[in-house]
Amino acid sequence: MLTGIIIVAGIAAVLGALLGYAAIRFRVEGNPVVAEIDKILPQTQCGQCGFAGCHPYAEAIAEGQADINRCPPGGERNIRRLADLLGVEFKPLSDDVAEPKPRSLAVIDESLCIGCTLCIQACPVDAILGASKQMHTVIASECTGCELCLPPCPVDCIRMVPIKEDLGNWRWKYPANPLRAA
Amino acid sequence: MTLVAEQASVSRIMFQVLAALVPAVAVYVWYFGPVILVQLGLASAAALLSEAVMLRLRSYPVEPFLRDGSALVTAWLIALSFPPLAPWWLTVTATVFAIVVAKHLYGGLGNNLFNPAMVGYAVAIISFPLQMTRWSAPTALAAVPLGFAEQVAYVFGGGLPAGLGLDAVTLATPLDTLKTHLALGEAAGDIMKMPVFGFLGGEGGEILALAYIVGGIWLWRQRVITWHVPVMFIATVAVLAAAFHAANPAQYAGAPLHLAGGATMIGAFFILTDPVSSPTTPRGKLIYAGGAGFLTYVIRVWGGYPDGVAFATLLMNLAAPMIELHTQPRVYGQRDSGRSGGGKP
Amino acid sequence: MRKLHSFSGGIHPPEHKEQSTREPIAQASLASRLIVPLQQHMGAVGDPLVRKGQRVLKGQPLAAAAGAFSAATHAPTSGMVSALELHPAPHPSGLLALCAVIEPDGEDRWTEHSPLDWRNADPQATLARLRDGGVVGLGGAVFPTAVKARGNGRPVDTLIINGGECEPYITCDDMLMRERAPEISRGIEILQRLTGAREVVVGIEDNKPEAVAAMEAACGASAIPIQVEPVPTLYPAGGEKQLIKVITGREVPSRGLPAEVGVVCFNVATVYAVYRAVELGEPMVSRVVTVTGNVHAPRNFECLLGTPVGELAALAGPCVDTDGFIMGGPLMGFPLPSDAVPVVKATNCVIASSEALFPKPPPPMPCIRCGRCAEACPAGLQPMDLYWFAKAHNLAKAEEFSLFDCIECGCCDYVCPSHIPLVQYYKFAKGEIRTLAQEKETADRARRRHEFRQYRQDREKQERAARLASRAPGAKKAPATPEALAESQEAE
Repeated sequence: MLTGIIIVAGIAAVLGALLGYAAIRFRVEGNPVVAEIDKILPQTQCGQCGFAGCHPYAEAIAEGQADINRCPPGGERNIRRLADLLGVEFKPLSDDVAEPKPRSLAVIDESLCIGCTLCIQACPVDAILGASKQMHTVIASECTGCELCLPPCPVDCIRMVPIKEDLGNWRWKYPANPLRAA
Repeated sequence: MTLVAEQASVSRIMFQVLAALVPAVAVYVWYFGPVILVQLGLASAAALLSEAVMLRLRSYPVEPFLRDGSALVTAWLIALSFPPLAPWWLTVTATVFAIVVAKHLYGGLGNNLFNPAMVGYAVAIISFPLQMTRWSAPTALAAVPLGFAEQVAYVFGGGLPAGLGLDAVTLATPLDTLKTHLALGEAAGDIMKMPVFGFLGGEGGEILALAYIVGGIWLWRQRVITWHVPVMFIATVAVLAAAFHAANPAQYAGAPLHLAGGATMIGAFFILTDPVSSPTTPRGKLIYAGGAGFLTYVIRVWGGYPDGVAFATLLMNLAAPMIELHTQPRVYGQRDSGRSGGGKP
Repeated sequence: MRKLHSFSGGIHPPEHKEQSTREPIAQASLASRLIVPLQQHMGAVGDPLVRKGQRVLKGQPLAAAAGAFSAATHAPTSGMVSALELHPAPHPSGLLALCAVIEPDGEDRWTEHSPLDWRNADPQATLARLRDGGVVGLGGAVFPTAVKARGNGRPVDTLIINGGECEPYITCDDMLMRERAPEISRGIEILQRLTGAREVVVGIEDNKPEAVAAMEAACGASAIPIQVEPVPTLYPAGGEKQLIKVITGREVPSRGLPAEVGVVCFNVATVYAVYRAVELGEPMVSRVVTVTGNVHAPRNFECLLGTPVGELAALAGPCVDTDGFIMGGPLMGFPLPSDAVPVVKATNCVIASSEALFPKPPPPMPCIRCGRCAEACPAGLQPMDLYWFAKAHNLAKAEEFSLFDCIECGCCDYVCPSHIPLVQYYKFAKGEIRTLAQEKETADRARRRHEFRQYRQDREKQERAARLASRAPGAKKAPATPEALAESQEAE
């Protein structure tokens, strides 16, 4: 009886020490899952998920405080990828976030812009150029289409222009199959 | 879709398979009586009906899929691997099980992991071993040959003509006979002098095997099947049988019985060659057929069932995806197999 | 005779070539207006060099080459630029492309020709001539020829001239070789000098004995040794990778270039364009196009670029039941969105289609894994597996199973008993993978910019805090060093 207790306690002590050592020796800084989730998120930094950008949302998902279906720009495809990564069920886009829209770019009507710099401060990726009292302009290649510049603009001179399909970004479509299940 | 295409279709392939089975059916009729036609009809009707019902339940268009002929192939293979005097409900149950469970519950045409006909066969032989091992005696060997009407009556549960016992009209298959008598301690050579063994591997059975070979070679010429599976399967069974026979002729029958008897030839040319449930790579086909040949021999000789083709097929079906994964051929411009992928575009 | 090699797979579709080879190449009549897309090659496109309303001469540049991977575009005839506008492009999407519309004045007056004495010229000058002359690969890929001929630092020992032309119906290269072999051999000499290849081989499928004979006669008379090699007729023997394998036994590495195995390969029509651009000083303004299919008089036409397909096809007399036009062959070509789209540098063939000629395939059945596609695949792929992955949007797996080694030749479609549009699935999957890669790149850039912004905002906050701290009464004057900032941060 006593030997049994001693043996079990000994094993527990050794294993505990090993685990403790491993926890210190192989410690990973930060949560690696957060980085993986962040890689999947579209980095629009739009905040439509209710968090202040993609990384905070990734942290919330990793901690189990947010669902995976709160990112409208990522759409269903990204929800699937997140579900795959985290080993959870796919679920459709949450009802309390906005409907996904086609990817768009912000365009400033330069004749109306008064140079107030409010949009520059709002842009999460520094994609708007300009200075106080100077006309502002959007760097099209850097704009993520997050729409965060729209509300601050006092003269409503910013429009979202959907990205059109052209010869450069056209892709072959998924073939239609008339014999699929109805 | 390209604007031009070869004259090929799924239904054409399936009907070619059916056509290749016709010589075997003819031999069957000659040796065991026309009741096989009743079995083929029963199985076909059951298969088409259950296929239609399943397609409807799964909301697929019924007509194009009924016309593809795949259900008929399953039905014919079941009918041909069953005893000709199997009761009608057995044939129907096995066929319905094959179509409903083994085919449609796995996703329908092209998605089944197992060969549906062999699933049907396995279900029948496990559940109803007695009915499945009572083969009608070849007409030439039967004590009292049954007429067509009497055979049909028996299949539909009408019983036998007065004064006839079941033993008078049925015989165990050669492989089964061999197994039973070996268990009684008799020598293989003596057992095989019994009339049921015919010239090589069973009265009637050996001609049937020949008919399957003829049909199979035609299928190969028609490019419906490749040589890999039949050649490798037959070779494996032959080599194993010959090797054990050479080591101990009293205990093990020689290659001729194993090749001409049982389901070896229908298995080699018609069952194991089912494209859906077998590997597609050439090397994979060789491994698959070799494994099936090995298992067939093992089950026949040491297993509890008279023949091993069905279980060997099902076991190798399980292994097919894995075999395929590890036998990917080399892709143009790559060093090793096709699974290396390469960098991003 | 050299020892030939073989590639795996391949198919023997009915050729339908003899209809369009009965008559010699004809000069297509001048169209009522020419629509010239400014981008007719892979790579960047330069700004237009002409304005609306400007008069242009034949061969005058409409857009210059922009950067290294580019080629110029020229006015195909003299006349007036009536518009610079978006116009449906000869592309499977039917989307619009920027085109210069030219109203011909009927004089067809050339700009000054300036032939180049390439034997004594700097190779750079010859390459510049190819680029500015708008010479691109006419086999279909429209890759700028100057870029290919430059060699890019890799030694090339074998120059292969592709006269394979393996796709059914197409005969423009065949007729070009029959009628203009001496000019082609001059073009070969130019390319041999540019690439420095020791060995020059012209590969022609052996179903074109007249072309082989003509090329043998012309190449025999050439100053350099050129072998003319008939290769067995087997689609796609005219595919670049396949022809290289057949002639040299070497395989172009996966996702690599032929130059990596010491080979460079040009199509015969390209070689002919090289000859005209260098030796005659004529930029590329026309090409030979096969017009065939559902027409009364199939034949080849020397056709100005920009000619609307409908006007070109009218010369061969389309039958009344013609319901559309195909650009390219029946295996790799695509239906044109309308007959108003122009002939471009990539247009080797226009096929009038009809329901009788190309019946609509029955709806696709499920794949039964019969393996015929794998037997036919010239790249040694397992098309049914790629289909399975592409269909399930399993892009990572598709890539792992070498999706990008698919050359989209259509052999698998041709043999598929289930009539599955396999190549379309592969094109879809490739597009998705490219889109995802692009999206990832965009996302990574946005993440970096966002992180930098946060870093900057933090720094600004700290600097402000430091300033406040330094201004606070009794505070120590602290220099704005990072350490001091960190201290003040901690003090908060």
